[in-house]
Amino acid sequence: MGLLFDATRCIGCGACSSACKEQNKLPGKVEEVLTAYTWTTVQEKEGLNVRKLCMHCEVPTCASVCPVGALKKTPEGPVVYDAERCMGCRYCMMACPFEIPKYQWDRPVPVVGKCIMCAGRVKDGQPTACAAACPAEATIFGKKEDLIWEARTRIRQKPGAYVDHIYGLTEAGGTSVLMISNVPFEKLGLKSNLPGEPPAMKTWQVLSNIPDFVAVWAVFLYGVHWITARREEVARVGANGNGHGRNGQGNGREDRS
Amino acid sequence: MNTLAALAAPRRFRPGFWTAVFVVLFLAFCTVTVIRYTKGLGAVTNLSDQFPWGLWIGFDLLCGVGLAAGAFTLTAVVHLFNLKRFEPIVRPTILTGFLGYAFVIVALLLDLGQPWRIWHAIVYWNTHSVMFEVAWCVMLYTTVLAVEFSPVVFERFGFHAPARLIHRLITPLVILGVLLSTLHQSSLGSLYLIVPSKLHPLWYSPMLPLYFYISAIGAGIGMVILESYLSKRAFHRHLEMDLLEPLARGMVVALGIYGLMRLQGIARNHAFGTLGSYEGRMFLVEFLLGVVLPVVLMSFRRLRTNPDWLVGGAFLAVLGFVMNRLNVSITGMEAASGTRYLPSAMEIIVSLGLVATGMAVFAFAVRTFSIFPDGPVAGRSKEPAVGA
Repeated sequence: MGLLFDATRCIGCGACSSACKEQNKLPGKVEEVLTAYTWTTVQEKEGLNVRKLCMHCEVPTCASVCPVGALKKTPEGPVVYDAERCMGCRYCMMACPFEIPKYQWDRPVPVVGKCIMCAGRVKDGQPTACAAACPAEATIFGKKEDLIWEARTRIRQKPGAYVDHIYGLTEAGGTSVLMISNVPFEKLGLKSNLPGEPPAMKTWQVLSNIPDFVAVWAVFLYGVHWITARREEVARVGANGNGHGRNGQGNGREDRS
Repeated sequence: MNTLAALAAPRRFRPGFWTAVFVVLFLAFCTVTVIRYTKGLGAVTNLSDQFPWGLWIGFDLLCGVGLAAGAFTLTAVVHLFNLKRFEPIVRPTILTGFLGYAFVIVALLLDLGQPWRIWHAIVYWNTHSVMFEVAWCVMLYTTVLAVEFSPVVFERFGFHAPARLIHRLITPLVILGVLLSTLHQSSLGSLYLIVPSKLHPLWYSPMLPLYFYISAIGAGIGMVILESYLSKRAFHRHLEMDLLEPLARGMVVALGIYGLMRLQGIARNHAFGTLGSYEGRMFLVEFLLGVVLPVVLMSFRRLRTNPDWLVGGAFLAVLGFVMNRLNVSITGMEAASGTRYLPSAMEIIVSLGLVATGMAVFAFAVRTFSIFPDGPVAGRSKEPAVGA
């Protein structure tokens, strides 16, 4: 499942942000920027209203970097967070290409805050609170294939009315939240320099080689030890006045040691 | 006070100027710790949602681990490459390594949002996470260092059987230590592989793990030289020039290879055009002062055999290493974050307090145990407690 946001339709009423606060029982007012207590907000950019929220990557960078697996991609699409597991290393915040996870800097027992795409509602077959609350159908909820088809149709039906790009289709390996707009996405404050493959692949290429590497390196190190220890032994036997070494192999080696 | 100290320690210890510095720093550190645990991270640090990792990761973690690299390098040289003449400096180096890791763990306890859950890494596994690997390697390698050091403690109290047992197991222990060090010295670099769109091209490279590994060997050796010099100053010992000079040659080789790899990486990123920017200037200081200069200086035998120049070269290498880690973790990440980060006074106090505590524990250990070949050191110098 996923969300499609159409910036040309958003009227900036903020119903999505309020519904999110209510649904997820978040304290305080809706803030201008994302915080641990505001999981989605609407920003005015280039005369348009743009939603900020977690993109729910297909291969989430945050989930790949979390040492304790507190972040997970559910089969339905949402990337959820288990506050009970989190130890607060904040690697997810550092690593997220969309800079979504936020932290409770003001609390002695802090947790991460980010949009979880109303995972409970979605699992029960309901739309997210933000999509349900949107009066302008700027945010719609549905199957990802249907949303891609819908976005393509809108772009095709009104030539020139949209930038010919669905943001989120390839960014960071693809996301469950898609966006279309009539203004280039970087002008809306969305990252335009993201790789097409999930960043998680870069670290996995290294991590997946560790078992082989450990085996080779251990054998090499032991080999070095064996050779140097053997040289010493040969040299010692040679120095004891037995010029031939213990088992006849010492002759060639004792000069080198 | 003097009688008490004399009873507690086997040798005489007289507090002086550096003891006072240590006490002040330690008290400040304790105060910040209390505020941090009662008011939260926001009250003591300049960290923010835009900049979640600061000095405590950049200096305490990345440098603390990196500068402890002398331990695995030297144990490999002595026990695997069998160059036994370096034996006299193995113990202080292992101690430095162990304290480096202890320092990192304490720093993590301050930096983690919920430090009482640090054990979660043991039970909840995510093998796709570099941080998970770092956590395990730090845990295991700290244990290895403690075991490698334990004979010194056993000897002091006359337990010879366990000391002999560890002596017999030294080869697998050293191999395990080198393996773990290789893995996580490099994985500290791998931590930054995940941010190709954020880290400045002067520092981002698919070779980051290798950069971190090789530069740690170079700076780890530099640290051994520096630590010998500080011990000489603090405890009026002689400088083992016959051992440190060949180590400096090793440092030149490691730093030289590292420097060439860095240049190749920057060429591949076509990033030489950015040298005029803020990041470029920070890179030039890091690279010219901390890599090129020590390599050039230490290539001259005449300078290497002069204690002052040798220590100067080692200091530059360590400084360059620290600057590199701070540049990767802070300078190189600033542009993408859209904000400037400068550590707060309280963040700096914590880092300094940890360094000072490490030095004080080192000084205590040197007085109590046979760290140097000539046994426990007397504390009759003018600058006793905190090194120099």
